Amino acid sequence: MACVSPDGKPTESGAKMLRSLKAGAKLPENVAEDTGLPLFRVRSGLRELAQAGYANSKGDKYEISPKGVELLAKL
Amino acid sequence: MMEQCMEWMKGAQSAKSDIRLPKIGDPAPTFEAETTQGKIKLEDYKGSWLVLFSHPADFTPVCTTEFMAFADIYKELQKRGVELLGLSIDSVQSHIAWIRNIQEKMGVKVPFPIIADLNKEIAMKYGMIHEGQSKTATVRCVFIIDPNQVVRAMIYYPLTTGRNMAEILRLIDALQTTDKNGVATPANWKPGDKVIVPPPNTMEMAEERLKQGYECKDWYFCMKKL
Repeated sequence: MACVSPDGKPTESGAKMLRSLKAGAKLPENVAEDTGLPLFRVRSGLRELAQAGYANSKGDKYEISPKGVELLAKL
Repeated sequence: MMEQCMEWMKGAQSAKSDIRLPKIGDPAPTFEAETTQGKIKLEDYKGSWLVLFSHPADFTPVCTTEFMAFADIYKELQKRGVELLGLSIDSVQSHIAWIRNIQEKMGVKVPFPIIADLNKEIAMKYGMIHEGQSKTATVRCVFIIDPNQVVRAMIYYPLTTGRNMAEILRLIDALQTTDKNGVATPANWKPGDKVIVPPPNTMEMAEERLKQGYECKDWYFCMKKL
């Protein structure tokens, strides 16, 4: 995974995306603006974070999950 | 024995029919791929232009010069809203080792993802394997895919010949100019040069065309400055 390492920790880009989601549910376009990451990376990264349980998809938007909040607190 | 032979022939025909060549104007074949930047789907690029290109193999000299050259034009591509995505029939670990080597030995960082197409699935979908060149390696293809995920242009180079980055940029400039202004571009066109006004479709339009202030060689051949 690009956003979550095999040891379960988010990568730098994964952590950036989760921090961006802390402010509330966002479209990938908004997360790309916040993080400065290319949109394609944000789209694939958010999908991975959701698969790993750190984010939830809400229609076209994504929001951080309780597991994601817990993870960010440990960083 | 005969039945086995027939089955083998069917299999061989089916494998051959799997090698398709997308055409200009076709929707780009969809994919989900393992890359050096994680799992990426074609749809992740919706809204951006995409240059999908294949190279024969990691750790080969011509490909190394090309990757340095692609990295060199990456900023220019980004200015035009274009992303780059490489592909070869190598593993992600091979790609990682190679781009780390390029950074260490040549001082060039490769900023774009590279697809590890070990099962050749995407190479087959895009017709990147030309058996006259190699049965196991992709030739040097460039697919220019627009923000609606339609194939807009294709370039194919043989294994022995590195691509021309200036031509790739020029082609993108030409496609974007066409989309923005509804014009065509002449031979050897480059940004700033005159463009071609599409030929008229009716006699009336042909008559009017000559009065519209374009630089016309004849009724069907008019150019203008943008």
